Amino acid sequence: MEKIKFATIWLDGCSGCHMSLLDIDERLLEVFSKVELVYGPLVDFKEFPRGVDVTFVEGAISSNEDEEKILEIRNKTKILVSFGDCAVTSNIPGMRNYCKIKDIMQRAYIENADIKDKTPNIGIPHLMPQSRPIHEFVTVDVFLPGCPPPADVIYYTISELVEGRIPDLTGRTRFGQ
Amino acid sequence: MTYEELLEIAKIENEKKAQYVHTINVCVAAGCMSCGSQELLDAFRREIEKRGIENWCKAKGVGCLGLCTAGPLIAIEPDGIIYKAVKPSDVHDVIDALGGEPVKRILCPSDMSFFTKQQKIVLENFGKIDPERIDEYIASGGYQSLYLALREMSPSMVIDQIVKSGLRGRGGGGYPTGLKWTTVMKASGSQKYVICNADEGDPGAFMDRSVLESDPHRVLEGMAIAGYAVGADKAFIYVRAEYPLAIKRLRKAIAQAEHLGVLGRGIFNTPFNFDIKLRLGAGAFVCGEETALISSIEGNRGTPRPRPPYPAEYGLWGCPTLINNVETFANVPAILRNGSQWYSSFGTEKSKGTKVFALAGRIKNTGLIEVAMGTTLREIVFDIGGGIPDGSKFKAVQTGGPSGGCITEAFLDQPVDYESLAKLGSIMGSGGMIVMDDTSCMVDVAKFFVEFCMTESCGKCVPCRDGSAQMHYLLDKISRGHGNTNDLHSLEKLCELVKNTSLCGLGMTMPNPVISTMHYFRDEYLAHIHDKTCPAGVCNIKGGRK
Amino acid sequence: MMIAKKISQIQTLIIDGKEVGGRSDETILQVARENDIFIPTLCHLDGLSEYGGCRLCIVHVKGLPRLVPSCTTLVREGMEVTTNSEDIIEYRKGILSLLFAERNHVCSVCVSNGHCELQWLALKLGITHVEFPYIYPKMPVDATHDRFIADHNRCVLCGRCVRVCHEVEGAHTKDVMGRGITSRVITDLMNNWGESNTCTGCGKCVHVCPTGALSEKGKSVAEMEKRRQFLPYLKRMRERS
Ligand SMILES: Cc1cc2nc3c(=O)[nH]c(=O)nc-3n(C[C@H](O)[C@H](O)[C@H](O)COP(=O)(O)O)c2cc1C
Ligand code: SF4
Ligand code: SF4
Ligand code: SF4
Ligand code: FES
Repeated sequence: MEKIKFATIWLDGCSGCHMSLLDIDERLLEVFSKVELVYGPLVDFKEFPRGVDVTFVEGAISSNEDEEKILEIRNKTKILVSFGDCAVTSNIPGMRNYCKIKDIMQRAYIENADIKDKTPNIGIPHLMPQSRPIHEFVTVDVFLPGCPPPADVIYYTISELVEGRIPDLTGRTRFGQ
Repeated sequence: MTYEELLEIAKIENEKKAQYVHTINVCVAAGCMSCGSQELLDAFRREIEKRGIENWCKAKGVGCLGLCTAGPLIAIEPDGIIYKAVKPSDVHDVIDALGGEPVKRILCPSDMSFFTKQQKIVLENFGKIDPERIDEYIASGGYQSLYLALREMSPSMVIDQIVKSGLRGRGGGGYPTGLKWTTVMKASGSQKYVICNADEGDPGAFMDRSVLESDPHRVLEGMAIAGYAVGADKAFIYVRAEYPLAIKRLRKAIAQAEHLGVLGRGIFNTPFNFDIKLRLGAGAFVCGEETALISSIEGNRGTPRPRPPYPAEYGLWGCPTLINNVETFANVPAILRNGSQWYSSFGTEKSKGTKVFALAGRIKNTGLIEVAMGTTLREIVFDIGGGIPDGSKFKAVQTGGPSGGCITEAFLDQPVDYESLAKLGSIMGSGGMIVMDDTSCMVDVAKFFVEFCMTESCGKCVPCRDGSAQMHYLLDKISRGHGNTNDLHSLEKLCELVKNTSLCGLGMTMPNPVISTMHYFRDEYLAHIHDKTCPAGVCNIKGGRK
Repeated sequence: MMIAKKISQIQTLIIDGKEVGGRSDETILQVARENDIFIPTLCHLDGLSEYGGCRLCIVHVKGLPRLVPSCTTLVREGMEVTTNSEDIIEYRKGILSLLFAERNHVCSVCVSNGHCELQWLALKLGITHVEFPYIYPKMPVDATHDRFIADHNRCVLCGRCVRVCHEVEGAHTKDVMGRGITSRVITDLMNNWGESNTCTGCGKCVHVCPTGALSEKGKSVAEMEKRRQFLPYLKRMRERS
């Protein structure tokens, strides 16, 4: 059987969801016998390739760069999975949403800084006024909530997708799991 | 008070009236008052005094003459001459012309369709009697129906008349009034209440307000008859505090009626007591909803509660309560006086009698009108309303207040009654009628009404509280040219949700303007979405063609 | 709201095709629960008056033109009730989604994570994401009370705290103010909770609150478990006396 092309990415998230993916432990071997990991923080590829079958996206959309990336990924992916609460609800990144960016920067880089109290401004992407969930920008095929989603559910989701089925996640995972 | 005394008051009053060769009736309802009719009235009085013609000519304040757009209005009785936009500087000429050729420059043709196509029952005394004098109401036959009911009819006979008349609630729902009265009469309980709903919160509506300002006794009489019929001896009028003139005249009217003994204890020397008190509403639209209104009178937050139980069984302080609209009560004295058969000769099969409408928007003759049910929208808009000003093109008429639907040209020949309007996706509502021409953008109109309902939602139930905010978000997005076809789909789904799951009428009907504009004016929505333009040039779309 | 007690009679009706019996003073919801038929609820709580605000418990009754809330609708002889048609399920999901979008529910850092009725309902009804755009309003947190916290970011305006405080504790410290989406629960006439002189500190509101909006101080993420056994007990004791 031909392996499906599998990619992961994290946008504005904490990598916890990726850790949970690794938590499927020895079943990883079984998963990787069926999928080929073509992009993601776990491998070293610079370009997001074309023709990816499944992409797991962790994290919310918080900057212009995130937006560009999600649009590109959507273009190059058949099935896009909104992976974890930050991607699904914007969760922790979204907690800043009722504040002004200026105030956040002030608090993070000036008030709370011990040394070098200066807001960084070179070579970093522009923050959007609000962090928003992925599906407000692109069509999402599967939503996998949880902070992080439990390893078992991740395994179940991948297994179903590998078999060409869209997993039914009703009752399996919830926000904040 | 006896019947003879009542007739005596009427006789004296009529004799006094006959003594004047001409009476100058100056409209002192809120519309004309706001363009200076009080000063005008004073000017007439001064001029009459100056000329020393008090013994054959009199100027008095009367209720609304209807054509509010052309105020201040005056009517010369018994000549039947109407003058419009009268200024104090015209006073001289008007008095000079009494009995001769009318003053052309301010003459309002009283044979214009605005006056001739109307059928006045509720408004029969409008422009004729001084609302602040009970004697004039009595002289026009007032309080005779109450006498008739108390002395010559049993409560069930009264209700029977109301049932047969086919009168339906004018507060919006169109619930058969006779049936409601029967339910309250049959409800068990030693204490019952009557409530008059004068909250009238729809933007652009002023029917109830005008009735209270122009003929308050009529409502009091209707309420007393209702109280007798259902077995209630206490009543409240819930009127919004933004109607100071109506409140002032109601207070005066109640005091006069109590003084004469047509309200209070032992009315017409019968054991029937009826006591009416005012309660002022703070201007929340939802407090017009009957259960919210009751909650507000009880001193609680004005939020609706699920029905059943209906107020008829479980109302004010848990007692059986009859709650009717101002106009509903105002019909009652006429029905008893002229008989149910007379009343039901007006209107259509299922909607009897007349309906008062407040015509507003892009129409020549804005004002207050009363037509027989079944009159077509075209007659109302083009004959009575005089059509659209400045040669613009008619686009839609919105009936029923903020939660009514928009009706297009193609359906203008539909008769106005409860069923036909519902079939067109709108409602009768309380009688607001807003006419729009091609300068109105229907997306913007929908957004306006949703915004109204969003800020007036009481916040109790989720679909209305949050659904309105989400609907408003989508409409705003579309109107700014950021919408897509998915948004239209979401909007449709939201409308269904809010309509079918909300607790009270506000939520249930709030989607109407959105649904009806999306149905009849879909191309306008699509223009905002695909072409990023607002065809009417109302919405501000960045980068789009204007 | 209390309705004058009439002598109750046994009624038979059909819920989801199942023939069931109930007393005439029971609601559809009560009879359904007695028969293990699941109807989701949020504003309803055994022991408090019915509110009819959340609209999650809507059901279809044959012959009625509209969906009705099962928590406020009494059973009647011969009623045919459907609790789970496709459109009802869709509406319920829509209502829950509206609630999630309304305020800031960040379950992962919420004291009630894992013990929250809103969260549980989402799981049960299969809500994996919220289609409505989140509103992200700026909501206050009142931590002025010695023992309790009110975090309006998590409040769903179910009115349970208001009712328990008025109906059971008799203090009427809590109420709702404002209109529409700007409504919120207040303490007294919008005082700080800690400065209230009507609050008895009984904590009933905290424990009837379905979400993390009201919690005890000192509880960290996922530590706030609510105990509401007292309510039906108190109600029964009162009815007996
Ligand atoms: C949101 C809402 C607002 C309402 N406002 C009014 C109002 O301002 N005046 C009124 O008479 N009825 C109003 N109603 C209708 C009343 O609930 C009630 O049906 C009416 O007063 C009954 O009187 P009727 O039978 O004479 O029409 C409103 C209903 C809703 C749902
Ligand atoms: S429909 Fe709106 S106004 Fe009516 S109860 Fe619900 S929230 Fe309040
Ligand atoms: S109250 Fe419930 S739904 Fe809201 S954040 Fe807390 S756990 Fe999540
Ligand atoms: S604080 Fe809790 S109990 Fe009170 S209304 Fe909000 S969610 Fe309901
Ligand atoms: S539980 Fe019935 S409406 Fe909330």
